[in-house]
Amino acid sequence: MMKRKALDLWVGVFVAIGLGALLFLALKVGNLATFSAAETYLVKANFDNIGGLKKRAPVKSAGVVVGRVEDIVFDTENYEATVAFSIEKRYEFPKDTSAKILTAGLLGEQYIGLAAGGDTAKLKDGDKLKITQSAVVLENLISQFMFNKAAEGNKDTK
Amino acid sequence: MTAVISFLEQLGGRATGAIHRLGFASRFLLLTLRSSGMCFRRFSLVVREIYFAGVLSLIIILVSGLFVGMVLGLQGYDTLVRYGSSSALGVLVALSLVRELGPVVAGLLFASRAGSAITAEIGLMKATEQLAAMEMMAVDPIARVIAPRFWAGVISMPLLAAMFSAMGIFGGYLVGVRLIGVDEGSFWSQMQAAVDFHEDILNGVIKSVVFGVAVTWIAVFEGYDAPPTAEGVSGATTRTVVTSSLTILALDFMLTTFMFRGA
Repeated sequence: MMKRKALDLWVGVFVAIGLGALLFLALKVGNLATFSAAETYLVKANFDNIGGLKKRAPVKSAGVVVGRVEDIVFDTENYEATVAFSIEKRYEFPKDTSAKILTAGLLGEQYIGLAAGGDTAKLKDGDKLKITQSAVVLENLISQFMFNKAAEGNKDTK
Repeated sequence: MTAVISFLEQLGGRATGAIHRLGFASRFLLLTLRSSGMCFRRFSLVVREIYFAGVLSLIIILVSGLFVGMVLGLQGYDTLVRYGSSSALGVLVALSLVRELGPVVAGLLFASRAGSAITAEIGLMKATEQLAAMEMMAVDPIARVIAPRFWAGVISMPLLAAMFSAMGIFGGYLVGVRLIGVDEGSFWSQMQAAVDFHEDILNGVIKSVVFGVAVTWIAVFEGYDAPPTAEGVSGATTRTVVTSSLTILALDFMLTTFMFRGA
Protein backbone atom coordinates (compact mmCIF):
# COMPACT_ATOMS: atom_id res chain seq x y z
CA MET A 1 0.00 0.00 0.00
CA MET A 2 2.89 2.37 0.71
CA LYS A 3 4.14 2.01 -2.82
CA ARG A 4 0.82 2.94 -4.33
CA LYS A 5 0.79 6.11 -2.23
CA ALA A 6 4.21 7.25 -3.46
CA LEU A 7 3.02 6.70 -7.01
CA ASP A 8 -0.10 8.76 -6.44
CA LEU A 9 2.03 11.58 -5.12
CA TRP A 10 4.19 11.64 -8.23
CA VAL A 11 1.21 11.58 -10.54
CA GLY A 12 -0.33 14.40 -8.52
CA VAL A 13 2.86 16.43 -8.87
CA PHE A 14 2.90 15.71 -12.60
CA VAL A 15 -0.70 16.82 -13.13
CA ALA A 16 -0.12 19.92 -10.97
CA ILE A 17 2.95 20.93 -13.01
CA GLY A 18 1.03 20.34 -16.23
CA LEU A 19 -1.92 22.46 -15.14
CA GLY A 20 0.53 25.07 -13.84
CA ALA A 21 2.17 25.19 -17.26
CA LEU A 22 -1.23 25.66 -18.90
CA LEU A 23 -2.04 28.44 -16.45
CA PHE A 24 1.30 30.08 -17.18
CA LEU A 25 0.59 29.92 -20.91
CA ALA A 26 -2.90 31.34 -20.44
CA LEU A 27 -2.05 34.18 -18.08
CA LYS A 28 1.56 35.14 -18.71
CA VAL A 29 1.95 34.26 -22.41
CA GLY A 30 -1.56 34.68 -23.75
CA ASN A 31 -3.84 37.63 -23.27
CA LEU A 32 -6.45 35.92 -21.14
CA ALA A 33 -5.69 38.29 -18.26
CA THR A 34 -6.59 41.30 -20.38
CA PHE A 35 -9.88 39.64 -21.30
CA SER A 36 -11.85 41.48 -18.70
CA ALA A 37 -15.34 40.27 -18.18
CA ALA A 38 -16.41 43.91 -18.20
CA GLU A 39 -19.60 44.68 -20.05
CA THR A 40 -19.23 46.29 -23.43
CA TYR A 41 -21.34 48.14 -25.95
CA LEU A 42 -21.15 47.76 -29.70
CA VAL A 43 -20.40 50.65 -32.04
CA LYS A 44 -20.18 50.57 -35.83
CA ALA A 45 -18.22 52.68 -38.28
CA ASN A 46 -17.87 52.72 -42.07
CA PHE A 47 -14.46 53.01 -43.66
CA ASP A 48 -13.49 53.46 -47.32
CA ASN A 49 -10.52 51.19 -46.77
CA ILE A 50 -9.58 49.23 -43.68
CA GLY A 51 -6.13 48.24 -44.90
CA GLY A 52 -4.95 45.25 -42.88
CA LEU A 53 -7.32 45.58 -39.93
CA LYS A 54 -8.28 42.22 -38.44
CA LYS A 55 -10.88 40.91 -36.06
CA ARG A 56 -9.87 41.22 -32.40
CA ALA A 57 -7.57 44.15 -33.20
CA PRO A 58 -7.44 46.66 -30.33
CA VAL A 59 -9.46 49.86 -30.22
CA LYS A 60 -7.45 52.58 -28.53
CA SER A 61 -8.08 56.07 -27.35
CA ALA A 62 -5.10 58.17 -26.31
CA GLY A 63 -3.08 54.97 -26.55
CA VAL A 64 -5.18 53.10 -23.99
CA VAL A 65 -6.98 49.94 -25.11
CA VAL A 66 -10.71 50.57 -24.62
CA GLY A 67 -12.16 47.79 -26.77
CA ARG A 68 -11.72 45.27 -29.56
CA VAL A 69 -12.82 44.89 -33.16
CA GLU A 70 -15.64 42.34 -33.23
CA ASP A 71 -16.64 42.04 -36.85
CA ILE A 72 -15.70 43.33 -40.29
CA VAL A 73 -18.15 43.04 -43.20
CA PHE A 74 -18.35 44.52 -46.68
CA ASP A 75 -21.31 46.83 -47.14
CA THR A 76 -22.68 46.18 -50.64
CA GLU A 77 -24.82 49.35 -50.63
CA ASN A 78 -22.03 51.88 -50.25
CA TYR A 79 -19.16 49.59 -51.22
CA GLU A 80 -17.49 50.36 -47.94
CA ALA A 81 -16.27 48.25 -45.05
CA THR A 82 -18.43 48.23 -41.93
CA VAL A 83 -16.42 47.56 -38.79
CA ALA A 84 -18.21 46.70 -35.56
CA PHE A 85 -16.22 47.08 -32.39
CA SER A 86 -17.02 46.77 -28.71
CA ILE A 87 -16.05 49.37 -26.12
CA GLU A 88 -16.01 48.70 -22.39
CA LYS A 89 -19.00 50.20 -20.58
CA ARG A 90 -16.86 52.22 -18.20
CA TYR A 91 -15.43 54.24 -21.09
CA GLU A 92 -18.06 56.64 -22.39
CA PHE A 93 -17.48 58.63 -25.55
CA PRO A 94 -19.31 61.64 -27.02
CA LYS A 95 -21.58 61.03 -30.01
CA ASP A 96 -19.30 62.88 -32.43
CA THR A 97 -16.24 60.75 -31.67
CA SER A 98 -14.12 60.09 -34.75
CA ALA A 99 -12.39 56.80 -35.64
CA LYS A 100 -9.14 56.38 -37.52
CA ILE A 101 -7.35 53.27 -38.62
CA LEU A 102 -3.76 53.61 -37.43
CA THR A 103 -0.67 51.46 -37.57
CA ALA A 104 1.53 50.61 -34.59
CA GLY A 105 4.98 51.53 -35.81
CA LEU A 106 5.94 51.44 -39.47
CA LEU A 107 5.06 47.81 -40.13
CA GLY A 108 3.13 46.91 -36.99
CA GLU A 109 -0.42 45.71 -36.61
CA GLN A 110 -3.30 48.03 -37.37
CA TYR A 111 -5.75 49.28 -34.76
CA ILE A 112 -8.63 51.73 -34.45
CA GLY A 113 -7.87 55.03 -32.78
CA LEU A 114 -10.78 56.97 -31.26
CA ALA A 115 -10.62 60.74 -30.79
CA ALA A 116 -13.35 62.18 -28.59
CA GLY A 117 -15.44 65.07 -29.89
CA GLY A 118 -17.27 67.77 -27.97
CA ASP A 119 -20.87 66.53 -28.01
CA THR A 120 -22.62 66.21 -24.67
CA ALA A 121 -24.66 63.18 -25.75
CA LYS A 122 -22.85 59.87 -25.25
CA LEU A 123 -22.47 56.93 -27.62
CA LYS A 124 -24.97 54.13 -27.07
CA ASP A 125 -25.06 50.49 -28.05
CA GLY A 126 -25.58 50.15 -31.83
CA ASP A 127 -24.61 53.72 -32.71
CA LYS A 128 -22.67 54.48 -35.87
CA LEU A 129 -19.69 56.81 -35.96
CA LYS A 130 -20.01 59.49 -38.67
CA ILE A 131 -16.44 60.77 -38.91
CA THR A 132 -13.95 58.13 -39.95
CA GLN A 133 -10.56 58.09 -41.58
CA SER A 134 -9.34 55.13 -43.61
CA ALA A 135 -6.11 53.27 -43.28
CA VAL A 136 -3.09 54.72 -45.01
CA VAL A 137 -2.25 52.52 -47.98
CA LEU A 138 1.47 52.56 -48.49
CA GLU A 139 1.25 52.14 -52.28
CA ASN A 140 -0.93 55.26 -52.64
CA LEU A 141 1.50 57.24 -50.54
CA ILE A 142 4.47 56.09 -52.59
CA SER A 143 2.75 56.81 -55.92
CA GLN A 144 1.80 60.29 -54.71
CA PHE A 145 5.36 60.91 -53.67
CA MET A 146 6.68 59.65 -57.01
CA PHE A 147 4.28 61.88 -59.01
CA ASN A 148 5.44 64.88 -57.01
CA LYS A 149 9.08 63.96 -57.56
CA ALA A 150 8.47 63.47 -61.27
CA ALA A 151 6.81 66.89 -61.52
CA GLU A 152 9.71 68.50 -59.68
CA GLY A 153 12.21 66.69 -61.90
CA ASN A 154 10.56 68.13 -65.03
CA LYS A 155 10.85 71.64 -63.65
CA ASP A 156 14.53 71.18 -62.83
CA THR A 157 15.52 69.99 -66.28
CA LYS A 158 13.73 72.85 -68.00
CA MET B 1 7.50 -12.89 -66.51
CA THR B 2 7.15 -14.77 -63.25
CA ALA B 3 9.31 -12.12 -61.61
CA VAL B 4 6.85 -9.43 -62.70
CA ILE B 5 3.89 -11.45 -61.49
CA SER B 6 5.44 -12.18 -58.14
CA PHE B 7 6.34 -8.50 -57.80
CA LEU B 8 2.73 -7.50 -58.47
CA GLU B 9 1.55 -10.15 -56.06
CA GLN B 10 3.82 -8.78 -53.38
CA LEU B 11 2.66 -5.24 -54.04
CA GLY B 12 -0.99 -6.20 -53.84
CA GLY B 13 -0.37 -8.27 -50.75
CA ARG B 14 1.31 -5.32 -49.05
CA ALA B 15 -1.56 -2.98 -49.94
CA THR B 16 -4.35 -5.28 -48.80
CA GLY B 17 -2.31 -6.16 -45.73
CA ALA B 18 -2.01 -2.49 -44.76
CA ILE B 19 -5.73 -1.87 -45.25
CA HIS B 20 -6.54 -5.03 -43.31
CA ARG B 21 -4.40 -3.79 -40.42
CA LEU B 22 -6.05 -0.36 -40.55
CA GLY B 23 -9.49 -1.92 -40.31
CA PHE B 24 -8.39 -4.12 -37.42
CA ALA B 25 -6.82 -1.11 -35.69
CA SER B 26 -10.05 0.90 -36.03
CA ARG B 27 -12.10 -1.95 -34.60
CA PHE B 28 -9.52 -2.26 -31.83
CA LEU B 29 -9.84 1.46 -30.98
CA LEU B 30 -13.61 1.17 -30.88
CA LEU B 31 -13.38 -1.85 -28.59
CA THR B 32 -10.92 -0.01 -26.33
CA LEU B 33 -13.25 2.98 -26.05
CA ARG B 34 -16.20 0.72 -25.32
CA SER B 35 -14.39 -1.20 -22.59
CA SER B 36 -12.89 1.85 -20.92
CA GLY B 37 -15.75 2.17 -18.45
CA MET B 38 -13.94 -0.04 -15.98
CA CYS B 39 -10.71 1.95 -15.92
CA PHE B 40 -12.63 5.05 -14.85
CA ARG B 41 -14.31 3.15 -12.05
CA ARG B 42 -10.91 1.87 -10.96
CA PHE B 43 -8.99 5.04 -11.69
CA SER B 44 -5.88 3.80 -9.83
CA LEU B 45 -5.14 1.69 -12.91
CA VAL B 46 -4.92 4.83 -15.04
CA VAL B 47 -2.93 6.66 -12.35
CA ARG B 48 -0.34 3.89 -12.41
CA GLU B 49 0.00 4.20 -16.18
CA ILE B 50 0.17 8.00 -16.02
CA TYR B 51 3.16 7.48 -13.75
CA PHE B 52 4.94 5.35 -16.35
CA ALA B 53 3.91 7.34 -19.43
CA GLY B 54 3.81 10.86 -18.04
CA VAL B 55 5.88 11.27 -14.90
CA LEU B 56 8.83 9.32 -16.25
CA SER B 57 8.77 11.42 -19.45
CA LEU B 58 8.97 14.59 -17.39
CA ILE B 59 12.75 14.99 -17.40
CA ILE B 60 13.23 14.51 -21.14
CA ILE B 61 10.31 16.86 -21.94
CA LEU B 62 11.45 19.62 -19.61
CA VAL B 63 15.11 19.48 -20.65
CA SER B 64 14.34 19.36 -24.39
CA GLY B 65 11.82 22.17 -23.98
CA LEU B 66 14.42 24.33 -22.30
CA PHE B 67 16.99 23.70 -25.01
CA VAL B 68 14.56 24.16 -27.90
CA GLY B 69 13.46 27.47 -26.39
CA MET B 70 17.06 28.57 -25.92
CA VAL B 71 17.94 27.76 -29.53
CA LEU B 72 14.81 29.59 -30.72
CA GLY B 73 15.90 32.59 -28.67
CA LEU B 74 19.38 32.61 -30.18
CA GLN B 75 18.35 32.02 -33.79
CA GLY B 76 15.29 34.25 -33.58
CA TYR B 77 17.37 37.10 -32.20
CA ASP B 78 19.94 36.61 -34.95
CA THR B 79 17.28 37.10 -37.65
CA LEU B 80 15.14 39.73 -35.93
CA VAL B 81 18.04 42.02 -35.08
CA ARG B 82 18.66 42.53 -38.81
CA TYR B 83 15.27 44.19 -39.09
CA GLY B 84 15.69 46.12 -35.89
CA SER B 85 12.80 44.32 -34.26
CA SER B 86 14.56 42.22 -31.65
CA SER B 87 11.86 43.24 -29.17
CA ALA B 88 9.51 40.89 -31.06
CA LEU B 89 11.63 37.94 -29.90
CA GLY B 90 9.05 36.99 -27.29
CA VAL B 91 6.33 36.80 -29.95
CA LEU B 92 8.46 34.59 -32.17
CA VAL B 93 9.43 32.20 -29.40
CA ALA B 94 5.95 31.99 -27.88
CA LEU B 95 4.00 31.58 -31.11
CA SER B 96 6.30 28.97 -32.61
CA LEU B 97 6.29 26.97 -29.37
CA VAL B 98 2.60 27.20 -28.52
CA ARG B 99 1.33 26.61 -32.04
CA GLU B 100 3.75 24.07 -33.47
CA LEU B 101 6.88 23.04 -31.63
CA GLY B 102 5.27 22.38 -28.26
CA PRO B 103 2.71 19.81 -29.42
CA VAL B 104 4.86 18.34 -32.22
CA VAL B 105 8.21 17.92 -30.47
CA ALA B 106 6.56 16.83 -27.23
CA GLY B 107 4.55 14.33 -29.29
CA LEU B 108 7.66 12.97 -31.00
CA LEU B 109 9.47 12.63 -27.68
CA PHE B 110 6.40 11.05 -26.10
CA ALA B 111 6.19 8.54 -28.96
CA SER B 112 9.79 7.48 -28.54
CA ARG B 113 9.89 7.61 -24.74
CA ALA B 114 6.46 6.30 -23.70
CA GLY B 115 4.93 4.87 -26.89
CA SER B 116 7.76 2.43 -27.46
CA ALA B 117 7.63 1.30 -23.83
CA ILE B 118 3.87 0.68 -24.05
CA THR B 119 4.30 -1.38 -27.23
CA ALA B 120 7.17 -3.42 -25.80
CA GLU B 121 5.29 -4.10 -22.57
CA ILE B 122 2.05 -5.19 -24.23
CA GLY B 123 3.95 -7.16 -26.90
CA LEU B 124 5.90 -9.00 -24.24
CA MET B 125 2.73 -9.65 -22.24
CA LYS B 126 1.29 -11.21 -25.37
CA ALA B 127 4.45 -13.20 -26.15
CA THR B 128 4.53 -14.63 -22.63
CA GLU B 129 0.80 -15.36 -22.91
CA GLN B 130 -0.17 -13.16 -19.99
CA LEU B 131 -3.02 -11.72 -22.04
CA ALA B 132 -4.29 -15.21 -22.84
CA ALA B 133 -4.02 -16.13 -19.14
CA MET B 134 -6.15 -13.10 -18.25
CA GLU B 135 -8.81 -14.20 -20.68
CA MET B 136 -8.74 -17.64 -19.07
CA MET B 137 -9.46 -15.96 -15.73
CA ALA B 138 -12.37 -14.09 -17.32
CA VAL B 139 -10.50 -10.77 -17.10
CA ASP B 140 -10.87 -8.73 -20.26
CA PRO B 141 -7.29 -7.83 -21.24
CA ILE B 142 -8.51 -4.86 -23.28
CA ALA B 143 -10.31 -3.35 -20.30
CA ARG B 144 -7.57 -4.29 -17.82
CA VAL B 145 -4.37 -3.67 -19.84
CA ILE B 146 -5.09 -1.66 -22.99
CA ALA B 147 -7.69 0.93 -21.91
CA PRO B 148 -5.78 2.29 -18.86
CA ARG B 149 -2.64 2.75 -20.97
CA PHE B 150 -4.63 4.43 -23.72
CA TRP B 151 -6.30 6.92 -21.37
CA ALA B 152 -3.07 7.57 -19.50
CA GLY B 153 -1.42 8.58 -22.77
CA VAL B 154 -4.36 10.77 -23.79
CA ILE B 155 -4.28 12.54 -20.41
CA SER B 156 -0.49 12.88 -20.20
CA MET B 157 0.18 14.21 -23.67
CA PRO B 158 -1.51 17.68 -23.41
CA LEU B 159 0.07 18.22 -19.99
CA LEU B 160 3.50 17.32 -21.34
CA ALA B 161 3.03 19.60 -24.37
CA ALA B 162 2.00 22.50 -22.13
CA MET B 163 5.08 21.91 -19.96
CA PHE B 164 7.26 21.78 -23.05
CA SER B 165 5.89 25.12 -24.30
CA ALA B 166 6.17 26.80 -20.92
CA MET B 167 9.72 25.52 -20.44
CA GLY B 168 10.65 26.60 -23.97
CA ILE B 169 9.36 30.12 -23.39
CA PHE B 170 11.38 30.21 -20.19
CA GLY B 171 14.45 29.08 -22.18
CA GLY B 172 13.83 31.79 -24.76
CA TYR B 173 13.53 34.29 -21.93
CA LEU B 174 16.81 33.11 -20.38
CA VAL B 175 18.74 33.49 -23.62
CA GLY B 176 16.92 36.52 -25.02
CA VAL B 177 16.55 38.66 -21.92
CA ARG B 178 19.17 37.43 -19.48
CA LEU B 179 21.97 36.57 -21.90
CA ILE B 180 21.53 38.84 -24.93
CA GLY B 181 19.76 41.68 -23.20
CA VAL B 182 16.48 42.14 -25.08
CA ASP B 183 14.24 44.48 -23.12
CA GLU B 184 12.29 42.43 -20.60
CA GLY B 185 9.14 44.57 -20.70
CA SER B 186 8.70 44.44 -24.46
CA PHE B 187 9.58 40.73 -24.50
CA TRP B 188 6.55 39.90 -22.33
CA SER B 189 4.15 42.65 -23.39
CA GLN B 190 4.55 42.05 -27.12
CA MET B 191 4.14 38.34 -26.47
CA GLN B 192 0.93 38.93 -24.56
CA ALA B 193 -0.39 41.23 -27.26
CA ALA B 194 0.29 38.74 -30.05
CA VAL B 195 -0.63 35.39 -28.47
CA ASP B 196 -4.35 34.82 -28.37
CA PHE B 197 -5.77 32.39 -25.84
CA HIS B 198 -8.37 30.84 -28.12
CA GLU B 199 -6.56 31.07 -31.44
CA ASP B 200 -3.13 29.96 -30.32
CA ILE B 201 -3.10 28.30 -26.92
CA LEU B 202 -6.35 26.34 -27.14
CA ASN B 203 -5.55 25.20 -30.67
CA GLY B 204 -2.16 24.01 -29.42
CA VAL B 205 -3.87 22.06 -26.65
CA ILE B 206 -6.31 20.53 -29.16
CA LYS B 207 -3.34 19.50 -31.30
CA SER B 208 -1.63 17.82 -28.37
CA VAL B 209 -4.80 15.91 -27.44
CA VAL B 210 -5.08 14.66 -31.04
CA PHE B 211 -1.41 13.63 -31.02
CA GLY B 212 -1.91 11.92 -27.66
CA VAL B 213 -4.79 9.84 -29.05
CA ALA B 214 -2.83 8.99 -32.22
CA VAL B 215 0.41 8.01 -30.48
CA THR B 216 -1.14 5.87 -27.76
CA TRP B 217 -3.55 4.25 -30.18
CA ILE B 218 -0.66 3.25 -32.42
CA ALA B 219 1.42 2.13 -29.44
CA VAL B 220 -1.22 -0.11 -27.84
CA PHE B 221 -2.29 -1.51 -31.19
CA GLU B 222 1.24 -2.36 -32.32
CA GLY B 223 1.83 -4.07 -28.99
CA TYR B 224 -1.43 -6.01 -29.18
CA ASP B 225 -0.83 -6.96 -32.81
CA ALA B 226 2.86 -7.87 -32.41
CA PRO B 227 3.90 -11.39 -33.40
CA PRO B 228 4.56 -13.23 -30.12
CA THR B 229 8.30 -13.61 -30.65
CA ALA B 230 11.35 -11.61 -29.60
CA GLU B 231 11.76 -10.42 -33.18
CA GLY B 232 8.10 -9.57 -33.44
CA VAL B 233 8.16 -7.39 -30.33
CA SER B 234 11.29 -5.53 -31.42
CA GLY B 235 9.79 -4.95 -34.87
CA ALA B 236 6.55 -3.69 -33.35
CA THR B 237 8.43 -1.27 -31.10
CA THR B 238 10.32 0.16 -34.07
CA ARG B 239 7.10 0.44 -36.05
CA THR B 240 5.43 2.33 -33.20
CA VAL B 241 8.10 5.03 -33.21
CA VAL B 242 8.22 5.33 -37.01
CA THR B 243 4.47 5.25 -37.60
CA SER B 244 3.55 7.58 -34.77
CA SER B 245 6.26 10.10 -35.72
CA LEU B 246 5.05 10.20 -39.31
CA THR B 247 1.43 10.36 -38.14
CA ILE B 248 2.19 13.30 -35.85
CA LEU B 249 3.86 15.26 -38.64
CA ALA B 250 1.08 14.54 -41.15
CA LEU B 251 -1.68 15.30 -38.62
CA ASP B 252 0.12 18.50 -37.64
CA PHE B 253 0.08 19.70 -41.23
CA MET B 254 -3.62 18.93 -41.56
CA LEU B 255 -4.57 20.56 -38.26
CA THR B 256 -2.48 23.63 -39.05
CA THR B 257 -4.26 24.15 -42.36
CA PHE B 258 -7.60 24.03 -40.53
CA MET B 259 -6.62 26.14 -37.55
CA PHE B 260 -4.34 28.87 -38.78
CA ARG B 261 -5.44 29.39 -42.35
CA GLY B 262 -5.73 33.03 -43.30
CA ALA B 263 -4.46 34.20 -39.94
